[in-house]
Amino acid sequence: MRTADYAMLAFSSLRFSRLRTYLTALGIAVGIAAVVLLTALGGGAQDYMLGQFTQFGAHIIAVNPGKTTTMGVSGAVISNIRPLSLEDAEGLRRIPNVRSSVPVVQGNSPVEHGNRTRWTFVIGVNHEVPQTWKINVAQGRFLPNEKLEQARNLAVIGYKIKQELFPGRNPLGEFIRIGQERFRVIGVMESKGQVLGFDMDDIVYIPVYRAMSLYNRESLMEVDLLYAAGRDEKQIVERIKKYLIERHGGEDFTITSQTDILGTLGSILTILTAVVAGLGSISLLVGGVGIFTIMSIAVNERIKEIGLLRALGASKRQITLLFLFEAAVLSGLGGVAGMLTGLSIAWLMHFFIPALPVSVSWDYVLLAEIIAIATGMVAGLLPARKAASMAPVEALRSE
Amino acid sequence: MIELQDICRSFVVGDETVHALDHVTLDIAKGEYISIMGASGSGKSTLLNMLGLLDEPNSGSYQFQGKELTTLSEEKRAAFRRENIGFIFQSFHLIPRLTAAGNLELPLMLMGMSPAERRKRSTKVLADLGLSDRAHHLPKQLSGGQQQRVAIARAMILKPPMLLADEPTGNLDTHSGTEVVKILEALNVSGITLVVVTHDVALGRRAHRRIRMLDGKIVQDESSRSNESAT
Repeated sequence: MRTADYAMLAFSSLRFSRLRTYLTALGIAVGIAAVVLLTALGGGAQDYMLGQFTQFGAHIIAVNPGKTTTMGVSGAVISNIRPLSLEDAEGLRRIPNVRSSVPVVQGNSPVEHGNRTRWTFVIGVNHEVPQTWKINVAQGRFLPNEKLEQARNLAVIGYKIKQELFPGRNPLGEFIRIGQERFRVIGVMESKGQVLGFDMDDIVYIPVYRAMSLYNRESLMEVDLLYAAGRDEKQIVERIKKYLIERHGGEDFTITSQTDILGTLGSILTILTAVVAGLGSISLLVGGVGIFTIMSIAVNERIKEIGLLRALGASKRQITLLFLFEAAVLSGLGGVAGMLTGLSIAWLMHFFIPALPVSVSWDYVLLAEIIAIATGMVAGLLPARKAASMAPVEALRSE
Repeated sequence: MIELQDICRSFVVGDETVHALDHVTLDIAKGEYISIMGASGSGKSTLLNMLGLLDEPNSGSYQFQGKELTTLSEEKRAAFRRENIGFIFQSFHLIPRLTAAGNLELPLMLMGMSPAERRKRSTKVLADLGLSDRAHHLPKQLSGGQQQRVAIARAMILKPPMLLADEPTGNLDTHSGTEVVKILEALNVSGITLVVVTHDVALGRRAHRRIRMLDGKIVQDESSRSNESAT
């Protein structure tokens, strides 16, 4: 028998008891809509979090002084730790596949221009910030590539600093005062907004050597390394480790790669999404019970018909397939309806509350659809087999 | 054409075993017109089902054109039914959701024929029956006689050599009944083996060979080879 004919017979009987079909399909639809919607919200949250963490690009390895066994900044500074030096940063730059190296010293200072003052983050870096942190200069240029110790007093300011200190004016070439020193503004960064609560626009970048003297530091707080995309991160991490151990005589530093963070974060969020999908599946299960009930009733109602088809030469297999098809069509229809409902609700939510991150996980949508049809077929299997195993004679005789 | 040998079929009803067929032996030649009569529970319907391969015997042998059928697998039995046996029922057994044409095409559909070819055949058959204008009517929109004619057409669409009718006129008024009987007998004249199970003595008498059953046994089997034609 042709597939199209199975479908035609299935549709004809579903059309025949329309209300019942709608109600049964609704059970599945609710389940699918729930899965689609919940996973869209879960996926949105995931995208949001990952987006926040990958602001600086995914191919970054951070080296911090001090050994920490857990992630985060080392709090207790142990006396025998050798600090990270500018030489370390330069040496790390020469490791194969490391594309750039940014030494970091950070402080918090009032930044003045004319009679305006703003407390802000001052970060000492080198010229490789834009490519390493994936942040571009909107106006002017970034710090030049100069020998670190001889770096001039130049500054690049964040977008918000420009607005606060130079409202409506061009800051390029102007001077700002940080501490006791004057810096000439040579660039303004593009606006990036907040990343994990840290305002990227409220920053002043100055040469790292200047920052070290400004904050009276002998060493770096961090070195950020960008490695070539597609290269084996593990290998690079190993090389960094080896290089620093050689220089320091021990592992007195911490290497954090972006994938470490992303991996942990990703698995947490994946579990979250899976849990959410699991909750949706419960309603799918309930829908499956509905299909089982309806298909059992349908088989009982159509006993005579089954007998007739058998008399006309339908095999047991054909009868089973016929009812399975009907169950699959029923749940498939419910699935499509649920998918459309879930998608439109997700879209509407995104439309009316743009801040709410919504991201439809298509693999979950597809999976839910497959599960819906599978649920329908599993639920329909028992009634279908009951139909097929009926003796044609008795089936024909039943009233 | 058909040889039934020592066929036994019993059902368990409650604590009792009912012998619906008790060592039945029966030969049917090609082109015969047979009626099977008897009281309710005499086993006549079981015999018909047995002939139509809708039921399996507990023991005995069933040969169709020299081929043993009792050992066939379920799939083969279904195919055999489709190709060799047409069924007519008292209550027509049309599928209420399908149009006359749709019902007619069911056997063709089951064997996997293409929709275009099916439509061609059903259109022709409906025209022969004078039901062309009813092709797209649902069964409930047809009269009893028309429904039974569609059912007969369905049984005959694959041109099986044997037609089994279980009380074909039971649900029809006299006029429609006569009409249906005429169609069946015309088919028999054209060479199809016709077996009719009935309570209706008048209908039973019309058959050339009359079998009477009682308690699962054939108690009477008389032939009148005269060609009394139907009037």
